[in-house]
Amino acid sequence: MKHFTATATVRFKKSVLEPQGKAIQLSLAEKGSHEFSLVRVGKYIEVELEAESAEAAKQKMDKIAGDMLYNDVMETCEIHVAEKALVPSSPAGRIEA
Amino acid sequence: MKAGVLTFPGSNCDHDLVEALRNEYKTDVELLWHTTPFETSHDIYFVPGGFSYGDYLRTGALAAQSKSMDSLRQAAAKNKPIIGICNGFQILCEAKLLPGALIRNTNLQHICEWSGLTGDGDWKGAFPAGYALPISHGEGNFICSDGELEDIKQNGQALLRYTNNPNGAMFDIAGLASKNKRVIGLMPHPERALAGQPDAQVSRARYGRLFFERIFALAAV
Repeated sequence: MKHFTATATVRFKKSVLEPQGKAIQLSLAEKGSHEFSLVRVGKYIEVELEAESAEAAKQKMDKIAGDMLYNDVMETCEIHVAEKALVPSSPAGRIEA
Repeated sequence: MKAGVLTFPGSNCDHDLVEALRNEYKTDVELLWHTTPFETSHDIYFVPGGFSYGDYLRTGALAAQSKSMDSLRQAAAKNKPIIGICNGFQILCEAKLLPGALIRNTNLQHICEWSGLTGDGDWKGAFPAGYALPISHGEGNFICSDGELEDIKQNGQALLRYTNNPNGAMFDIAGLASKNKRVIGLMPHPERALAGQPDAQVSRARYGRLFFERIFALAAV
């Protein structure tokens, strides 16, 4: 089994009211910064998991994302999977920080 | 009649509901904790209000994943009446037992007030002019796809609508039924509009009764 770090970036759909982004945008405008025409706040979810391959890890992530991590009525979700680099166990191979 | 009331960490209207069912309607009530699957032997189920799982991730999202909700899905498959109030409505949407979702109120505030309501769809004309129930929520703004909204209108599923929309909900939806009308979610709190409840003004105590009479009629079918 390999170790992976998967991330899900969850964003509200453009059509959905996103009050935090709106509040940030208003706050920026109050400070005189009017060039920020859109601010939207989403969620970043990081998951560590074991899987046979990157494809298998992606499938597992897609499953929990659809079941739980986002709601397709109001949100979109983007998933990335990367294999975790393990610290080599032999002292000779260890990279000193 | 035997009622099941599902409870989750953070439910806080469960005991109001239990009191209402026991005292006003002499119902045999069982509280159903989220970690335990249950036999679907009750006549009716309620998913109460509150802040299940502290509203983490999305309102109702984590509660919708509970073991007790698997049992509730079985109850739904057996056409048992299921009523979700406030957070219960949010949970039923997250569990896909009802269409759509509930997002932040357009005014970004938690709204706590008596809200004017009218019966619509299958409940058209069910309530008197001036009918109202207490609402108390930050995420009561109902949204769904255009196609789903069309179905809701066609099938008469929007049972309760705000007369003066407080939260931005599509089609003024305050209470919504599933296609087969056995699963109902509503943002208002009828259990707070009964005599003896803290929110119930004397003249309005009967408003909760009018709602529960409708609900119990479902259980009798």
